[in-house]
Amino acid sequence: MVFGRSERPRLPTAIKILIAGGFGAGKTTMVGAVSETRPLRTEEVLTDRGVGVDDISAVEAKRTTTVAMDFGRITLSNDYVLYLFGTPGQERFWFVWDELAEGALGAVILADTRRLADCFPSVDYFERRGTPFVVAVNCFEGAQTFELDEVRMALQLDPSIPIVMCDARKRDSSREVLITLVKHSARLRAEPVGT
Amino acid sequence: MTPPDDPVEEHWVDPEIIRPYVVTRGRTRPAHGRFDLISMALAVGPLPGPDAGLDPEHLRILQLCREPKSVAEIAAHLNLPAGTIRVLLGDLFDRELVSAQEPQSEVDMRDVRMYRAVLDGLRSL
Repeated sequence: MVFGRSERPRLPTAIKILIAGGFGAGKTTMVGAVSETRPLRTEEVLTDRGVGVDDISAVEAKRTTTVAMDFGRITLSNDYVLYLFGTPGQERFWFVWDELAEGALGAVILADTRRLADCFPSVDYFERRGTPFVVAVNCFEGAQTFELDEVRMALQLDPSIPIVMCDARKRDSSREVLITLVKHSARLRAEPVGT
Repeated sequence: MTPPDDPVEEHWVDPEIIRPYVVTRGRTRPAHGRFDLISMALAVGPLPGPDAGLDPEHLRILQLCREPKSVAEIAAHLNLPAGTIRVLLGDLFDRELVSAQEPQSEVDMRDVRMYRAVLDGLRSL
């Protein structure tokens, strides 16, 4: 494409949504199901400054730790690109979450009913940060089916927070989860134009 | 199901750890710009020739960014850490070879039109 002298190439606006949840809850599966390519992986190399102190106390040399994040891209239009980031699962990497959560439209917390407690830290984190989130109960084959109300009670979720069933392997199902999140985030944060 | 703690090992430094620092000549921060993982970059103008003093990684970024790409995507394609890509993008930004965007300041989370655009895009997937 050739741009004229006065014509500046236009960059689309990038928006991000985080996909959180416990280890094995289906984060990367969901990213892959709705993204236009297979999940990509990016790595941040971190020096010991940011890494949990307990890990480095015995080590004199500066250590580096690599945190990997899986992510995918959905080109929504010429003006908007959506990125889905699977959050790193280990608690010691929460400082990476801070960077990820900054400026995010919201978060999907994937819950695995076999290990519901695994998503407590994510719920706490996004509640504390004030990041809009929805809970998506990933219905694995053969997994015990829970009533959504039971999950809501177990997670002590506020009634205003949407909770939905999903199959993270399916594109349509994962897309519906994202739509639920975007609507929820808009309800919380959008302001009407021209008022 | 927590992975075992990394043992304190005495070993040769993994070349994969060194490569990012070689590529940036030891720099860990970009000269200009504050790029986060979803900062978008787009190459501007024709690809510079071999005499432009750019490293192969710079050129690969410019090739990739013929279409708008995020820092995370560039990092994934070049198999380098995002921090390294930020430094290299800063170089290219300085030379006006890329236009780049700092998304946190760009996206207004109160903008109802943004939500509408995202919903429309998702529904048409």
